[in-house]
Amino acid sequence: MPYSPMLVRPMREELASAGFAELTTAAQVDSLIDEKQGTTLVVVNSVCGCAAGGARPGARLAIQESPRPDRLATVFAGQDLEATARMRARFGEIPPSSPSMGLFKDGELVWFLPRHRIEGRDALAVAADLRAAFAAHCAPVPVAG
Amino acid sequence: MGTFHQNKHELHGITVIVETTGPELFIGRCDDIVEQGVILRDADVHREGDPATPGKSRAEFLDHARRFGAWPNLKRILVPAESVREIRRLGAI
Repeated sequence: MPYSPMLVRPMREELASAGFAELTTAAQVDSLIDEKQGTTLVVVNSVCGCAAGGARPGARLAIQESPRPDRLATVFAGQDLEATARMRARFGEIPPSSPSMGLFKDGELVWFLPRHRIEGRDALAVAADLRAAFAAHCAPVPVAG
Repeated sequence: MGTFHQNKHELHGITVIVETTGPELFIGRCDDIVEQGVILRDADVHREGDPATPGKSRAEFLDHARRFGAWPNLKRILVPAESVREIRRLGAI
């Protein structure tokens, strides 16, 4: 049973205010992921304070530097059920967990941070993992010559 | 901010590997550790040598979980205290 919308509002706003688009329907998820060019970071948000308390500020920190993904999006596990189910389907053969994060490049999942790699870590550590992923996948392609 | 849970073991909410004295190895989110054993949520189990657990060796099962997490095939399970050999954080391997 979903938590009260009032309870989760600050958790939504923590990402929305940083530029993460909130996806609440399966169609919105498909539309975003089917965008075949560029990179997209998706945060599966969660109420759980055991891990999400480090995930959200970590994501906010990581996107303050370049390189960073072209697009930012979030679904809320346990709240936006349809969108979360569709996003997890787009993650392929990866067990569901929240909070978690996925980085898509040209419509393909290229990096994933499951919940157990977030648990017990602070925002700086989560941001460091994200920045490493951005550097690997979001850096501009050097011009030849 | 988030929700916080009181009166639970310090591993509450942490994804753990529970090694047992038998062929079973569990991976799941620790809900609590009580006198009766370890309570896991959204857990998966690997049974070494069990024909009903085909396809993956123990090492492969652990490696997949290390990279991506465990499938929530068991909504809630109590691993009896007398069978628990070791508990480790999945994030630590």
